[in-house]
Amino acid sequence: MTAAIEADGLVKTFKGGVRALDGVSFAVEPGTVFGLLGPNGAGKTTAVRILTTVLRPDDGRAAVLGHDVSAEPGLVRGLFGLAGQYAAVDENLTARENLRMVGRLNHLPRGVIAERSHTLLADFALEDAADRPLKTYSGGMRRRLDLAAALVASPPVLFLDEPTTGLDPQSRLDLWRVIEGLVADGTTVLLTTQYLEEADRLASELAVVDHGRVIAAGTPAALKTDLGTTVVEIVLADDRGVAASMEALTGIGGQPPRVSGTTIELPANAGPGVAMEALRLLDQAGVVPVSFTLREPSLDDVFLTLTGRPADDRGDPASVPASAVRP
Amino acid sequence: MTTIAGERVGAARVARGPLRRFRWGVSDTLTVVQRNLLAYLRIPEALFFSSVQPIMFVLLFRYVFGGAIHVPGVSYVNYLIPGIFVQTVAFGAVSTSIGLAEDLQKGLIERFRALPMARSAVLTGRTVADLARNVVVVLIITAVGYAVGFRIQTNVAAFVAGLLLLLLFAYALSWGFAVIGLSAPNSETAQVMSFPVLFPLTFASSAFVPVASMPSWLRGFAEHQPVSVVVDAARALMLGGPTASYVWQSVAWSVGIVVVLAPLAVRRYRRA
Repeated sequence: MTAAIEADGLVKTFKGGVRALDGVSFAVEPGTVFGLLGPNGAGKTTAVRILTTVLRPDDGRAAVLGHDVSAEPGLVRGLFGLAGQYAAVDENLTARENLRMVGRLNHLPRGVIAERSHTLLADFALEDAADRPLKTYSGGMRRRLDLAAALVASPPVLFLDEPTTGLDPQSRLDLWRVIEGLVADGTTVLLTTQYLEEADRLASELAVVDHGRVIAAGTPAALKTDLGTTVVEIVLADDRGVAASMEALTGIGGQPPRVSGTTIELPANAGPGVAMEALRLLDQAGVVPVSFTLREPSLDDVFLTLTGRPADDRGDPASVPASAVRP
Repeated sequence: MTTIAGERVGAARVARGPLRRFRWGVSDTLTVVQRNLLAYLRIPEALFFSSVQPIMFVLLFRYVFGGAIHVPGVSYVNYLIPGIFVQTVAFGAVSTSIGLAEDLQKGLIERFRALPMARSAVLTGRTVADLARNVVVVLIITAVGYAVGFRIQTNVAAFVAGLLLLLLFAYALSWGFAVIGLSAPNSETAQVMSFPVLFPLTFASSAFVPVASMPSWLRGFAEHQPVSVVVDAARALMLGGPTASYVWQSVAWSVGIVVVLAPLAVRRYRRA
């Protein structure tokens, strides 16, 4: 079966020698959510810009539903919707007018535009505000409208570039439900995110990108297991109990515990059972920790495992609005 | 939830054949024009003040400076109004650069580039909307001009021809300022970048004072630069005198500006 979205060896270097993409490849199965996971500056947005025909790659091939984005950009633009972190909606228009504009620029018949606008405004809880200028809209409402605009033409493929970055938890949950609904209806979604939790919830396949390269790929479950990132973190009052604790804890949880100062980290992918076992063993060894926490895997942990350094904020030259990076 | 995805119509909407592509291009341009005009209507303050400025110029030159300016053979108010027309539409072209810079800054242009719309529609839609705005401003100036004593010395047809000529020039300038707007990092800078081009063109011209009153080193520029040529053509059409050479020259300037700067703007747009 042809992949719905394909990236093959994408390379892009920006002026000033920033290599945003350094040979990125992945393929997205039709009707699934694919997550591009990585910190700011990893190259996620650059990949989306290439796939949506906005940016030309220096090398490599990209295709949407089997159509090459460089060879048939006009056709490809009719196949996808795009929504992102920077809600690109027209401030001076109302929500309804924004949707009508996008519908017309997609050359949809008048009746279809009216019907789609009506449905989308209702489903995104924008009906009451539909005829108000956007100046009165909250960030979450703008983001919903941005997504609605991406859906006016009922595209079979949807690109979501950090759709929930900066949203409050409730808006984020609402958006997740919408995305799940779309996928249930057969839409193929490519989602970029910095949040492991989001990728975990939505994506059936993931690629972890860093410095323009895919450094790990697979299902969220496989990645979490492989990258061993759920840990029991034990902090001791002083270093007297460290040796005894290390001895007691070695052999459980599948991997040896790590120690730094008076903090011991014990990999616990097998689940909370490891923590119970650890508590019991510490008790037997006569060690009373100052704190004892079970830490769920985080993007930081994935990165630490993959790269040996934490995922820091370096500022993505490609994820800020285009105007800010123009020469 | 099942309705959000909607029926798949995407793949069917591909421009087949040059005729359909042309029709879509026109429809896309009109959509963008409408969007830009709606924006002007939504910010009535901007529309109000953009008409107040030329009115101030009329009053300033008619009543403050006008008394000190003597133009042989013609009343100053009659001399002034054709100049004000051209100066106003030239200043109006700055809105093309500000508008485009703003769209770029807000990521709207990036979004437009990912839509299956005609590539030219964003620029054409912007310049056409600004032309429509200029038509309104020109009508306001006509009314204000009449109120302060301006009278057509030829006939209405010649006067309208003069207006069309300077509107054509304004449209050409819009393409020039589009280049500035697409090169500026933000709308504020676009505005600031526009004035060094605009001021010498409008003030070192025959718009407000006869070029003969300027020092010789300036006269050469002032006499032959496009704003003067268009002002002289409009003046000839509205007040009388030989028109052919001026009209021919100003049409040539307008067409020349579009031929040179429109492709530059399009190239900037593609790279923006």
